Amino acid sequence: MKPRFDPRLYQITALTALLIYGISALHFDVTVARSTLILGVAIGAQALCSRIWGVRFDPRSAAISGLSLCLLLRSNSVVLVLIAAVIAVGSKFVIRWRGKHIFNPTNVAIVALMLFTPRVWVSPGQWGNLAFFAFLIACLGGLVVNRAARSDVTYAFIAAWCALLIGRSLWLGEPMTIPLHRLENGALLLFTFFMISDPRTTPDSRAGRMLFAAMVALGGAYIQFKLFRTNGILWSLAACSLLVPFIDALLPAERYSWNSHGGSPWSVAYSRLLSLSSAPLLRTPSAASTSPKETQRFSIGPHRSSSSATQIGP
Amino acid sequence: MTMANDFRGEPKEFAVVIPVPTVITRGQIHVADKALIDHLDAYSSPRLVEYFDEDPCRVMMYDRSMAPSAMGNAKAAREESRARSLGVTIEARYTVGEYDILILSATQSSGLETWLRENGYTIPPGASYVLGSYIRQNMKFFVAKVNLQEQAKLGFSYLRPIQVAYESPKFMLPIRLGTVNAAGAQELFVYALTRKGRVETTNYRTVKLPSDVDVPIYIREDFAPFYKALFNEQVRKEDMAAVFLEYAWDMNWCDPCAADPLSRDELKKLGVFWLAEENSGGAANAFLTRLHVRYDRAHFPEDLVFQETGDRQNFQARYVLHHAWEGTGDCEAARMYRRNLNERREREAHNVASLTGWKLGEIRKKMNLVANESPGEKKWWELW
Repeated sequence: MKPRFDPRLYQITALTALLIYGISALHFDVTVARSTLILGVAIGAQALCSRIWGVRFDPRSAAISGLSLCLLLRSNSVVLVLIAAVIAVGSKFVIRWRGKHIFNPTNVAIVALMLFTPRVWVSPGQWGNLAFFAFLIACLGGLVVNRAARSDVTYAFIAAWCALLIGRSLWLGEPMTIPLHRLENGALLLFTFFMISDPRTTPDSRAGRMLFAAMVALGGAYIQFKLFRTNGILWSLAACSLLVPFIDALLPAERYSWNSHGGSPWSVAYSRLLSLSSAPLLRTPSAASTSPKETQRFSIGPHRSSSSATQIGP
Repeated sequence: MTMANDFRGEPKEFAVVIPVPTVITRGQIHVADKALIDHLDAYSSPRLVEYFDEDPCRVMMYDRSMAPSAMGNAKAAREESRARSLGVTIEARYTVGEYDILILSATQSSGLETWLRENGYTIPPGASYVLGSYIRQNMKFFVAKVNLQEQAKLGFSYLRPIQVAYESPKFMLPIRLGTVNAAGAQELFVYALTRKGRVETTNYRTVKLPSDVDVPIYIREDFAPFYKALFNEQVRKEDMAAVFLEYAWDMNWCDPCAADPLSRDELKKLGVFWLAEENSGGAANAFLTRLHVRYDRAHFPEDLVFQETGDRQNFQARYVLHHAWEGTGDCEAARMYRRNLNERREREAHNVASLTGWKLGEIRKKMNLVANESPGEKKWWELW
């Protein structure tokens, strides 16, 4: 079933709510002014890249990247954070393989800056471990992934991560309060529901996504518990993203596209209008822009065609 | 790592068991001068700053530190064969200063627990679970107790801080052993001297204490109870699940300083080994972070894990006193000043109430404040 709204609008709303909560109640080390600037630069970079690469400008993904950076990346230098916003958006256009960008934009921007300068950091402890808050993000995030139709990667990751944390604690003979405390972490939930769930950078097939989620969890645990580095899952996601083209080659499936999976509310409204105006066929603007070969598959009007998979009505 | 305890009791009853990531050699252990920690404490303590209002018809500043002081816990090995039969290996044995130190490794927690008990260490019930998880992580145990003869020889009546130097990617502080038998919450201060910037916990929220708040003049005489109440209140507000930042400052300068800055020699004694290589005579490239945490088992189930951030913003918990101008000038500005003064005092009373949870009425009483009244002011209803 097609979702009613573009999942990105839910993401933008949820991330904005989290940012407001973070700044006002948790006193995050980021101001409203800096957040606005980051958002502006991310959207500006998107506009510029769209122009250079000659594609239609859509600010939604850039807004998500900008908001995620506001939530995660910290620095004394505003310039470095703005560079992160440009890297995030630019990576989508530059680092591509067979028409698909490789890295989650926010993730690659954070990892790149952490690699090249000691002047940025991510504070995984900034959310605290309040169970109520964990629950709230889980709900908001659950909403997003359900709409994005890629909830499987989220659930596979959280299942693998839970198994690793609980398994390790059982092996060490630690009380269960320890893995539970680690799981009740806002940064983990944010990663699980808002970052790894990005349908554009995860493998195309369901089996591939399961494999990918398990690899990210394993890599994250290795970095955190063997190398004793912070933000293990962020490093692991960036490293595992490099393997997505191989996973897609091994386990091919249909590519995800925001437009083919629901589109914007306006496009949905437009298609509804079309279907109401005597045309018995549900036709979205994205379908209208497909190749002539593809349009032949659509049947318009009362003409019957047994080969048409999308025909509705007589 | 420098460990200082405020142990109060018979020195013979004092012992510490600390999990450490590697075997520690004799040269990696040192006993420091207590004054070193006292200086660090005085330098970074939450403090008061005083300002004197100018004659409004036309700011001198000094400060004084009234620091509530900072700093928290269980027979030499009889037979190595007994240790071995329990799966305990005595990796090393040293006497450093007034301490007898053992570095132990173990294969099973029950063996280690038995060995420690047999050798006169008071191990609380339940500790073996905690010891077990450290053993599985291949950690060693640094065990220290006071050598009474050495202490008498050295003539110290107090316990000096123990210093251990080691290299490890594990930037953490084991607190779980300390929570096993503690009757109530424990108090811990962490001072971190780093090259890059502020240190924070990654598995607990690090919260900056409220700072730069105006408080009434009487707090000058009551600063210790004020700060204690303030800290209690902040712990309550955060549901006891946070680590508090009291001080974060570049050691190159302080303005104003609560105490004399630490000398290069003191910094070196505290383990700032990079001073010589980077500045052979200039300023110290060290960043001091002071964290204050009140913890118990329910709220702090896992050990503290730290990270060094790139944050070099200076922060200190400071509370501001404003002395009122007591001149007799009668210009418009002076009249305006007097009108605003009661409002300011009222605000200061509310600040203290909100910071400490003290009752507003009592604060007003101590301030000699009559609510919302300015002497000589006409009330708005005095129209008729």
